[in-house]
Amino acid sequence: MISRGLWLAVWLLLSIAGGDAMAIDSEAAFEDPAMQARYEALNRELRCLVCQNQSIADSNATLAQDLRREVREMMAEGRDDADIRAFMTARYGDFVLYEPPLAPRTWLLWAAPGLLVVIGILAAVLVIRRRARSLENEPPELRGEVEP
Amino acid sequence: MMRKLLFVLPGIAFILLAAFLVQGLFLDPSRIPSPLIGAPAPQFALPDLADSSRQVSNRDWTGSPYLVNVWGTWCAGCREEHEVLLDIARDSDLPILGINWKDQRELALRWLAELGNPYSAVGADLEGRVAIDWGVYGAPETFLVGADGRVLWKHIGPLTLEAWRVDFLPRLAGQGS
Repeated sequence: MISRGLWLAVWLLLSIAGGDAMAIDSEAAFEDPAMQARYEALNRELRCLVCQNQSIADSNATLAQDLRREVREMMAEGRDDADIRAFMTARYGDFVLYEPPLAPRTWLLWAAPGLLVVIGILAAVLVIRRRARSLENEPPELRGEVEP
Repeated sequence: MMRKLLFVLPGIAFILLAAFLVQGLFLDPSRIPSPLIGAPAPQFALPDLADSSRQVSNRDWTGSPYLVNVWGTWCAGCREEHEVLLDIARDSDLPILGINWKDQRELALRWLAELGNPYSAVGADLEGRVAIDWGVYGAPETFLVGADGRVLWKHIGPLTLEAWRVDFLPRLAGQGS
């Protein structure tokens, strides 16, 4: 009846909303919430190399588990995020990072969205100007400035 | 002139984009280039698969080229390439060091007894730490290390005689072995 449908909807909504909070590790890695947040953020940045469209935070492949263990241990040793990222890229290359580093060979990649916007604006300005000019050259009655 | 350019530019842009995309069709995303190639090979010391009171370390093999092969009995591709490893072990004097990755000792020993043992030594990497140091993400993977201790080549996936001839032998030729 109505209440059943309603409960189902509520349950679905809750399960969607709760999805974000669920981690793949059954227990928190660190007692300190700040450390735990750092740990989870790092895991989300690192690509699981066997299941390439998942981060190691999302995957339960054995390699992802092992990489999470490395992250955990390095954090416990007090190493910072840059250190941990360097450890990963030294072994797996930049591919292990979801966000490619800013380097000469990735400048084009990072600049592409801005460049495309600029090209788009330039194209729009050119077209609008041309239209305006061609309207000026037309007889006044076509421009709608004079009553026919 | 300007007008003509405006017509030609999108065409050129399309051809460039198409060229990149066509190239992308022939790339295999599961082959991730290793940053290790050209770098000194990571040192490892693992318990010997056959006798865990002893250690297997690639330090003992430095000074001449050697292969490092990452395998496990759980890995189908490893069975596929096993014949090739046996061939290489028989036909060349290149030592093959095995890293038995996250495997069970009894299964690994039975595998070697049944299929033949191409390895000069096998270390058991139960925790997968050495594999991570070598940037391994899927077995089988095979590394060629030169006499100077640098990684010369990494083969991802089952080794084939074709890959051995094309990718390994020419790199070995410069090693004076």
